[in-house]
Amino acid sequence: MDDRTGLPKMIGKTARHLVPPDAKWWYVFGTATLCAFMVQVISGVALAFAYIPSAGEAYTTLHFISDQAPFGHFLRGLHYYGASAMVLMVGLHMAQVFLFGAYKFPRELNWATGVLLLGFTLVMGFTGQLLRWDQNAVWSVVVGAEQAARVPLIGQWLAHFILGGDTVGGATLTRFFAIHVFIMPAFIFAFVGLHLWLVLRHGVSEPPKPGKLVDPKTYRAEYQQMLEKTGKPFWPDAAWRDTIFCTGLIVFVVALAFFSGAPPLDKPPDPSVVAASPRPDWYLLWYFGVLALLPHGTEKYFMVFGPLLAGIILIALPFVSNRGERSPRRRPWAVVAVIMTVLMIVTLWVAGAKSPWSPNFNAPPLSASVVGATNGPVMLGAELFHDKGCLNCHLIGKDGGRRGPDLTDVADRLSKNEMILKIANGAVNMPAYAGNLTPSKMDALVAFLQTRKRNGHDR
Amino acid sequence: MKETNAENNPAGCPASPAELSRRKFFARLSVAAGGIGALMVALPVAGFILAPFFERHKEVWRSVGKMDSFKIGTTTAVQYEDASPLPWAGVTARSAAWLRRVDADTFIAFSINCTHLGCPVRWLAEADLFMCPCHGGVYYNDGTVAAGPPPAPLPRYQVRVLNGDVQILTAQIPISSK
Repeated sequence: MDDRTGLPKMIGKTARHLVPPDAKWWYVFGTATLCAFMVQVISGVALAFAYIPSAGEAYTTLHFISDQAPFGHFLRGLHYYGASAMVLMVGLHMAQVFLFGAYKFPRELNWATGVLLLGFTLVMGFTGQLLRWDQNAVWSVVVGAEQAARVPLIGQWLAHFILGGDTVGGATLTRFFAIHVFIMPAFIFAFVGLHLWLVLRHGVSEPPKPGKLVDPKTYRAEYQQMLEKTGKPFWPDAAWRDTIFCTGLIVFVVALAFFSGAPPLDKPPDPSVVAASPRPDWYLLWYFGVLALLPHGTEKYFMVFGPLLAGIILIALPFVSNRGERSPRRRPWAVVAVIMTVLMIVTLWVAGAKSPWSPNFNAPPLSASVVGATNGPVMLGAELFHDKGCLNCHLIGKDGGRRGPDLTDVADRLSKNEMILKIANGAVNMPAYAGNLTPSKMDALVAFLQTRKRNGHDR
Repeated sequence: MKETNAENNPAGCPASPAELSRRKFFARLSVAAGGIGALMVALPVAGFILAPFFERHKEVWRSVGKMDSFKIGTTTAVQYEDASPLPWAGVTARSAAWLRRVDADTFIAFSINCTHLGCPVRWLAEADLFMCPCHGGVYYNDGTVAAGPPPAPLPRYQVRVLNGDVQILTAQIPISSK
């Protein structure tokens, strides 16, 4: 066998390549990412046995997979949680490599290919969410195209590209399907191959020691010397940790998929149904938060240059700084950068999940106990507060939206005249109601708001 | 590609000048033949994939209801079919617009897409406002911006009345603001 194929020898030699002896549990995240990717390939191929990438039929097959096909509910869940695991592991892997300074000489290209793989993973996440072809998916595409169209110069062309035509329709889904199932996986396979080849070529980086600087002139020789003196074969001395961690990850993902199943399907993908509130899946929810919180008017520039700039900075990093200190203890700014990034994403993620900037369309009319009156102008004003859409954006107690200021105690802050002025003229984020309310209705509304005090009225 | 003598004359392989020029010829022949083969496959593939970008978009008039079914001063959601839906488009072939009857003869058809980031705006009849569920963009009943982040009024479709039918001229989304 060995003589005819040469494979056993080659595989054995590769598997037993020497690695630094103290590369331990910190070094498992890369393998874990690959492992999550393999789960995605296998579950994705399985799903493709039943999924029809047709704008008119995908939704039906999704219901079939979720509700009727044996293990279908589990498989969709597996693909979803597998994707989540992959995104998480990519993030952890990247943070570890950055903190350990492992991107420095001679591993600059390991890092650069890794950044590209991060981008591919996010594209897979976004396109994968769209293949869950429900109302949310259709609106995600439309919202994506509308945003792209605001980009200067190439906007309309970009929108056309995303939709695969003039509007969302038959061509939209097939294109995303081809990208998600053929093109992106091909790129990922190719770049994972390259990434792994580079790992073998330059060796696994040794854990950093404070004060031990990377000098491109001497690094390779020192690394080789260290391996010859203390290196351990990757298989099985180091690989067992990867195996254990990956198995744990798979057990966790399988358990999640088993107990919580597939992500729920939204309404059918009918773009003429207007009652929709598009939201991305959790791993892009923070970006949704970014777009919501940007100063008005800047989003069209940010949408293009933001990701572009982030990509350029990430790829350029090892070429700008490829020598010197590797230990995070001597690189406080690296630690700060990681902590700030994590904090930023978590904060934006929480903000995106709460999305206080979204009006609340489901606020029921205020109850009599909240209003504190069952007749007269106060009650009438409370009804108007609901009917005129005030409650969509303002809180009264626990009811209403959070887009505008909380009006629970507004009478403590504003006099009657100030209220009338504000309501009639509006503000940057509030419509002017002057032409919308008759004087008697304005009086009723203000009468209601005048009862909104911390103390002094019945709740 | 710059060819040097070293590349064409590997160690242990003595070559006469004639052999060297033959080798150079074979290398060029292979690259050229491979390039022709690749182009023959790649050009139609690129054409197939990129065709949608060069297709001219058709616009057609679609009836959205009888004129009498829209009361003066009201705004209603109307549905219609896209200009040239693919046979397998299913429900995705449908589009919607907000149709406002201003007076006996005047109709306005608004895009349902907020000009901020494209979310579908909803009409609140009692409040006489359009409101966007994403970031709280608000528009008055004539589509002008009342509040929030939208940079421009709601775009409009062309509307006409033909034989008592209200018709909307389909347009690509997003409608470029004219």
